[in-house]
Amino acid sequence: MLELRALRVDLGAFHVSADLSLTTGGITAIMGASGSGKSTILSAIAGFVPPSAGQIRIDGADVTALAPGARPLSVLFQDNNLFPHLTVAQNVGLGLDPGLRLTPQHREARDVVLTRVGLDGMGDRLPRDLSGGQQSRVALARALLRRRPWLLLDEPFSALGPALRQDMLALLRETTRDEGLSVLMVTHDPGDARSIADSVCMLADGVLAPPAETQELFANPTEVLRSYLG
Amino acid sequence: MTLGVRIGVAVASVVAAALVVPLGAVAWRADGWDGLRPSDWGALRFTLGQAMVSAALSVLLAVPVARALARRRFAGRGAVILLLGAPFILPVIVAVLGLVAVFGRSGPVNTLLTAVGLEPVSIYGAHGVVLAHVFFNMPLATRLIVQGWQAIPGERLRLAASLGFTTRDTFRLLEWPMLRAVVPGVFLVIFLICTTSFAVALALGGGPNATTVELAIYEAFRFDFDLGRAAMLGALQLILGATAAVLSLRLALPSGFGAGQDRVVPRWDSQGWAVRMQDSVAIGLACAFLLLPVAIVLGDGIGHVTTLPAAVWWGALRSLVIAVAAALLTTSLALAMAIAATRPHGGWIEVAGTLSVAASPLVLGTGLFLLVLPVANPVVLALPVTLFVNVVLGLPFALRALIPAMRDLIRDYDRLSASLNLSGWAWLRLVGLPRLRRPLGFAAGLTAALAAGDLGVIALFASPDQATLPLVLYQLMGSYRMDEAKAAALLLIALSLGVFWLFERGSRDA
Amino acid sequence: MSSPHPVRPMERDMKTTLIPALILTASAASAEPLTIYAPDYFGSEWGPGPAIKTAFEAHCACEIEYVTGDLLPRLRLEGERTRADVMIGLNTDDAERARQTGLFADHGVDTRDLTMPIEWTDTTFVPFNWGQTAFMYDTARVETPPTSFAALLEAPDDLRIVIQDPRTSVSGLALALWMYAVFGEETEDAWAKLAPKITTVTRGWSESYGMFTEGEADMVLSYVTSEAYHIIAEEDLTKKAAIFDEGHYVMVETAAKLAGSDQPDLAQSFLDFVLTEAFQSIIPEGNWSMPAKLPADQLPEGFALLGKPEKAIIYPAPEAEALRETVVAAFEAGLAR
Repeated sequence: MLELRALRVDLGAFHVSADLSLTTGGITAIMGASGSGKSTILSAIAGFVPPSAGQIRIDGADVTALAPGARPLSVLFQDNNLFPHLTVAQNVGLGLDPGLRLTPQHREARDVVLTRVGLDGMGDRLPRDLSGGQQSRVALARALLRRRPWLLLDEPFSALGPALRQDMLALLRETTRDEGLSVLMVTHDPGDARSIADSVCMLADGVLAPPAETQELFANPTEVLRSYLG
Repeated sequence: MTLGVRIGVAVASVVAAALVVPLGAVAWRADGWDGLRPSDWGALRFTLGQAMVSAALSVLLAVPVARALARRRFAGRGAVILLLGAPFILPVIVAVLGLVAVFGRSGPVNTLLTAVGLEPVSIYGAHGVVLAHVFFNMPLATRLIVQGWQAIPGERLRLAASLGFTTRDTFRLLEWPMLRAVVPGVFLVIFLICTTSFAVALALGGGPNATTVELAIYEAFRFDFDLGRAAMLGALQLILGATAAVLSLRLALPSGFGAGQDRVVPRWDSQGWAVRMQDSVAIGLACAFLLLPVAIVLGDGIGHVTTLPAAVWWGALRSLVIAVAAALLTTSLALAMAIAATRPHGGWIEVAGTLSVAASPLVLGTGLFLLVLPVANPVVLALPVTLFVNVVLGLPFALRALIPAMRDLIRDYDRLSASLNLSGWAWLRLVGLPRLRRPLGFAAGLTAALAAGDLGVIALFASPDQATLPLVLYQLMGSYRMDEAKAAALLLIALSLGVFWLFERGSRDA
Repeated sequence: MSSPHPVRPMERDMKTTLIPALILTASAASAEPLTIYAPDYFGSEWGPGPAIKTAFEAHCACEIEYVTGDLLPRLRLEGERTRADVMIGLNTDDAERARQTGLFADHGVDTRDLTMPIEWTDTTFVPFNWGQTAFMYDTARVETPPTSFAALLEAPDDLRIVIQDPRTSVSGLALALWMYAVFGEETEDAWAKLAPKITTVTRGWSESYGMFTEGEADMVLSYVTSEAYHIIAEEDLTKKAAIFDEGHYVMVETAAKLAGSDQPDLAQSFLDFVLTEAFQSIIPEGNWSMPAKLPADQLPEGFALLGKPEKAIIYPAPEAEALRETVVAAFEAGLAR
């Protein structure tokens, strides 16, 4: 369970608030127009932006004051998910030990995950030698290895073409379900939300609405969704 | 990172103390306070005036050269850029020898002028000081401004080409705004460097009318032994530096001079023969101006290198050790300071780091001498103290290279590091060092070169068997041995350029 | 360039002291060495210091340790704490200031029968060598050198002279005193007349002399004995000192003993050594200067060829000190015109 209790984030004159809880398991999408504050609320949950009021609780524990790396979650950003000077294997290995001191078991787990995301044998390459889709897979592989219960994604596949993005979303859905991860992803694309999200939170006018079941929401769109879809 | 920040703050505090405490020690030891003399205010005026003119000329001359280098691709371009940087790291004594050889009355410039029936020019006096300062600092200006040019996004130049911009349009709409952003910072850095000029003014000043503040400090110390006046002048210089450093925080300072120089931005507007000609002339003249003096010293010295006495080689070895130690220490300290400076409220650290450009090495050295005296024999500490002073004086340059790179690193990868719990030594090993390798290499090279060429405080402290290469060079000149002195100068150039090249290259290829 | 220096003890020293020197220590000695403060040129491998060290150590079973740098500023910084036992190389024009520190003891050396053109009565400082300030010229560039200071001032303005700054160098100060002795109240005017001929004023002697030998100047402020270097070491007879009718200013370098020395006996035996032949015979070719006590027939051959000024000018130490501000002010004002 991820709870946002009377959460409020201020960035200058701009603010976003949320008061809701997300159940464990499945994929929740945060959807809203660009500039509505989607990334801000995600940054607050990940620990990069301190909230001005309220609490963030994960599985019953208050994580509001924890450092980003100490929270029970992993993040995939829009870009700069990989260190360009480290190899694929090293970038993924950071998910197991931030000092990269890997045991043989670690290495085995790393290779299994690399195979799982379709990057078998590419461990020695540098990110610049990979395609955009492959780079996303490396970041996903690392998130899977970290085994933090929650995975936060900030439009991570937005730079990919439609076919590749569908592939990645499918891979995301499949792997996170297998690993039992709960996913919270930011998107501006209703298509993405419909294709993989179990539920959707709409963000409009600085307020994040509680989750609604995806099929139901699109079948009976709220006022907010209608105006967003146009 | 918090440990890094704490180390950085501690280092910055030590540096700030290192600037102020020796000054205080000198002031405390002063017998009387006669105040400044009228000639001291004259020295201040001359210092500011020549620094202003030197900085302005350096920047003005650097612009066409930087533009030519930024938009031309030719064989040996990398070598030209490396060599054009040479004067900045050249030991002053050596550079003055070279400048006199070229612009002196029996040098090629005056021979040429007389041959075509013109009045010969004199290298001495205020214009000699300015000439030497331009010689030293134009390479730095060029390097920084080339970076400004390379920071103009290729897309914009492409857009300009598709809109049919002429060379003049490109200049007005793209290059001029860039220059307006970059040039004030470059000007300020060079202005600061020129305010502490000492050896140049000594050799080429021509007389009492061209006295700088640092030279006045020297007189106050070594001849009048007026410590009160020396301390006041040192404080004056520091205040000057502090004002400029605080100003510099408000200006868009050029980003690190360790950044890549090897990218040529494709240009569509500068293919005409007139523009090509203009660029070739700019590069050609800059090479002649900056490389000829170095070449002459090298040529003069080459004949006597093999017969140099052992003391010269030992001096070279000692200088090398100091250079390498100064490079390693300075870069480590600068790295810690850069970590702290890029955190919130870290601005003062940058100011403290920049300030040491304006510190008087003489006040620093004497102050340290006084501080060391009650606890140890200063002679025993000659080399460590020399090292310390070189580290403090090298910091501003290292910080200039590191802070912008650190900012970029934090902007691009700090969230990723934080989300992976990557911090402390692991961060340093896996992210910091690899990502900052080039600016670190550049800073190390620059500090090593400056330290190798520094005559500095060793003259205050040393016993004969501790002489560094610049001091040995001086001793040779003082014993009528000009030929051997020139060979030692060659060795010194090779040492300075060599350590610079090794550190900088090493950081690229690693 | 051939090597005029007979002894090179530094080469031995280097091997034994480099490593500790790099680590921190100056030089390791079994017993407490005799610490001698000396100017940089004196202690360097190419100065007289190493040969004097060898000669003294040969009969004292002790060790000399030179500490080089600026003598007086350093001594005044250190005050009572100084580790110096002996100070050597201090010029007479600076002697009064040194005396006023109260750090020196009487030398107790017999200074009669010196081979100097002036009386010596100072009881603190023992003279060890002297030289007369003079303008060196190149016979290839100056065909008819001036024969008096007055003639120098009247020389055409395209004559290029380099001098040293009286505010930073002892030879420069000697020039300022010399001019005052010659021109008196008119010294400032004399400087103004000299000004157009002065190419540059350097901090120290080395820079000036380098410019002269490089052909940057026709004349340079130096010493009558500079000629000896060119004659003996380079066999070059084209570099000469211009001898002036008004006489030449004498610069005397001295040695003195620190009152607070922890080895007063050894320090005294060094002072006694200064005027002996063993020490004095090192001076001509070691310091390119005139020994304070050595008969003319014992000087190297080349010294016979040197110009002989008729008149020696010198201000006794207290007088030189009293005049210092006046003569420096005349220099500043004359050149600023």
